[in-house]
Amino acid sequence: MNNSSIVGTSVPRLEGRDKISGQARYVDDMGLPGMLYGATVRSKIARGKIKKINFGSEINWEEFIIVRPADIPGKNCIALIDDDQPCLAEGTVNHPEEPFLLLAHPDRHLLPKAVEAVTVEYDSLPAIFTIDESETPAQVIWGADNTFKSYLIEKGNVDAVWENADYIVEGEYTTGAQEQLYIENNGMIAQFDAAKGVTVWGSLQCPYYIHKALMKLCNLPADKVRVVQMETGGAFGGKEEYPSMIAAHAALLAMKSRRPVKIIYDRMEDMTATTKRHPSRTRHRTAVSKDGKILGGEIEFTIDGGAYKTLSPVVLSRGAIHAGGAYFWPSVRIRAKAVATNMPPHGAFRGFGAPQSLFALERHMDRIAKVVGISAVEIRRRNFLKTGQTTTTEQLVREEIDLGKLLDRALDLSSYHARKEKFAAENQQNGRKKGMGIAAFLHGAGFTGSGERYLGSTVGVAGCADGTVRILVSSTEFGQGTKTVLCQIVAETLGLPFRDVAIAQPDTDEVPNSGPTVASRTVMVVGKLVQSAAVGIRETLKASGKIADSYSAEEFRAACRAHVEQHGKFQSFAKYEQPEEVVWDEEKYRGSAYAAFAWAVYVAEVTVDPVTYSVSVDDFVALQEVGKVLHPTLAKGQIIGGAVQGIGFALYEKVIWHNGRMQNGQMTNYIIPTSPDLPSIRVYFEELGNVHGAYGAKGIGELPMDGPAPAVVNAIVDAVGVPFDSVPLLPEDIFDVLGEEPARQDVVSSSRVARGAQEEQEQR
Amino acid sequence: MSEPSQHSAKCEVSFSVNGRTTSLQVHAMARLLDVLRHELGLTGTKEGCGEGECGSCSVLVDGVLVNSCLIPALQANGARIVTIEGLSAESGAAGLQEAFLECGAAQCGICTPGMILAAFHLLNKKPQPSVAEIREGLAGNLCRCTGYMQIVEAVAEVARSGAAR
Repeated sequence: MNNSSIVGTSVPRLEGRDKISGQARYVDDMGLPGMLYGATVRSKIARGKIKKINFGSEINWEEFIIVRPADIPGKNCIALIDDDQPCLAEGTVNHPEEPFLLLAHPDRHLLPKAVEAVTVEYDSLPAIFTIDESETPAQVIWGADNTFKSYLIEKGNVDAVWENADYIVEGEYTTGAQEQLYIENNGMIAQFDAAKGVTVWGSLQCPYYIHKALMKLCNLPADKVRVVQMETGGAFGGKEEYPSMIAAHAALLAMKSRRPVKIIYDRMEDMTATTKRHPSRTRHRTAVSKDGKILGGEIEFTIDGGAYKTLSPVVLSRGAIHAGGAYFWPSVRIRAKAVATNMPPHGAFRGFGAPQSLFALERHMDRIAKVVGISAVEIRRRNFLKTGQTTTTEQLVREEIDLGKLLDRALDLSSYHARKEKFAAENQQNGRKKGMGIAAFLHGAGFTGSGERYLGSTVGVAGCADGTVRILVSSTEFGQGTKTVLCQIVAETLGLPFRDVAIAQPDTDEVPNSGPTVASRTVMVVGKLVQSAAVGIRETLKASGKIADSYSAEEFRAACRAHVEQHGKFQSFAKYEQPEEVVWDEEKYRGSAYAAFAWAVYVAEVTVDPVTYSVSVDDFVALQEVGKVLHPTLAKGQIIGGAVQGIGFALYEKVIWHNGRMQNGQMTNYIIPTSPDLPSIRVYFEELGNVHGAYGAKGIGELPMDGPAPAVVNAIVDAVGVPFDSVPLLPEDIFDVLGEEPARQDVVSSSRVARGAQEEQEQR
Repeated sequence: MSEPSQHSAKCEVSFSVNGRTTSLQVHAMARLLDVLRHELGLTGTKEGCGEGECGSCSVLVDGVLVNSCLIPALQANGARIVTIEGLSAESGAAGLQEAFLECGAAQCGICTPGMILAAFHLLNKKPQPSVAEIREGLAGNLCRCTGYMQIVEAVAEVARSGAAR
């Protein structure tokens, strides 16, 4: 057997050569003979009844394929959790940019004009656009009270803690919408054939989400729907659920025209019509002892789901479970709620609710520290979760995680204490204010609670006629390195060279459902499964006497070839089974929320310019424990990329809304970080391992999105001495506070927190 | 998006693309990007925004880095155009592409062709750029995956080893 270790080394990215040479094929690079181009006609208002649709006389409509709701063969919905989102709005529109009509034509240049020529007479209805408006419902737009979903997490008796608290600290924190802004816009090609059914090729994360949606929409059996992922140019959650909508539209046009149809969004359509990170509001009320120990707290976490339920309940769940962060809460009550507004539905984006609730918590920890009069370091150290304690859902921390040690290392790497002291002195003299900020946090890997059990993912590994092996999963590559790392795991398991392992392009005709590529689950959960399936291949060859306990790569290849010659198809499958200790009570929202948590401490150093109020991040230390790092270069790439998106979330990326429609749906005016904007992100790993992941791996993709916003904003607050509790925090937002009230320097006296705290103190 | 209609007049344009001289009939305002992708099948050049912000459609026109979504193909008449498909034939480019692979500078790959062309252009202008100059030199090309660091490392690595020369 080949003993050289492949796991833990940075082998070349499997599809990397195609990407650096321009050969990688994305959906817009593909065409089919006789193909039409499709376009989507969308609502221009936020809410109303469609009275009449007019087709302008300047267009020769005979040339166009037109699809209306009546053309839908099955149910007019995008099947996901519930079937509440229509594929095409019928009678009523509930948000701007909601699709209601589809067009196709052989000349794509004619489509924008045709879309413009479709006008609608509406009976407008009053619309709501914010969490506050949704909660005090002058307008009920969903169910009885505009609530898509609510959760209650209760641990201990929080009602008993207030009486004995030395301090009660309150705070309210908000986060804005954030656009995923993958550089490849969404796109799909669909083809229909009476015998084969519908096939779609596209830019997507979750082939089987689309498969399920098309079966219901087109009224077709499973074997008459085929979904193929093309190379996908970034996703970040933004291609988790919305591609089902685009696939549905392309499929309807293809079914009606009996020709292939391609739909490619331009940037503005992609930004204004598709999903974004849920805006959030978090309220904390925390009982604290005089030495800074959290006694208990109430957390209210609310997200704006937009006009349809889509994935909001799941985003809400993850946000709520992460709301207590990496700290021990003797008692806590978390009330979480996803509400309806007349905005385009918000959806999956890296972190999935956790960046929102962790921003609130990590700002709040700094606020508590101020009130108690201890440092940002001490407040965290005194409250960190320890092995043997339980999380807010009463999940027992089994692993030997020492967050105090992790914090110390991060402080050391960032020269935290020395710099803080230096800045405190220099800030007295200088106009430019410098500060240091910390965020300590965790991120659960895999689906929440019983989610993985419900998914019941299946993976396959096939022995091929040429002696190589081939991985069969629906897990998709969109930059993270899925293909590379899964091949590493199988090569390592079988003792084969990396080049002897291939992976199928996700195609629902060929690969089993290994679940969606989301939730930081691929390396940990799917990786473990492909490892099991690979063992199945090896054991079959051993059992038939074709290889011994120890074998060379050449012997393995010969054995594999012989097996395929004798028996034909040679495949081994593995299906997920929930580990025994992962027990989850869905009713009480209590138990093992995640099979594993990754842990991190990030430290940001910033400068606030006194003239422009712009913030520069001068240094950024990202230290995390993510189990075993299977591919150092890819892992580092995930952390840096996530951290930079997190800095964008904090400092640059602001969606400007007007009546529910994004006004800055262009790269010109929705600003993401560019290469000169950033410091070096210094990435460090601790590797404790994880019994539930392949070779000890945990999830890594989402973790780095959680910490940067609170670390950066804590550093800004440290620099200027005034609290900021919302992101994005743009120069104009800082100016609004500092520019108008230059004398306001005292955090405690300027915040709602202190009032509560002082009152409490006075009572005592 | 400002795209020409099929009804606008066609004109002849000829230029060399990746070393091959080509003449074709294009609409007067056809974007160079569309002519490369649709007429010549060179789909390695990507469209990210259609308004010159993201740099995914970067190509070299007579050695100058341009956003091919912003210029009419007619403007490139007589020019020598290099796209990602032909870049490896240019002196020193192969080493740069390898460095992108080695350093993890390509993740999803959609910005990669434009980014590599921008980096190649930068190294031609300035073979030994500082890290700040690399960051500035690539400022016209957006990447959402990498956070740029591994891209900057790849370019710095080439500058160090002189592989691009």
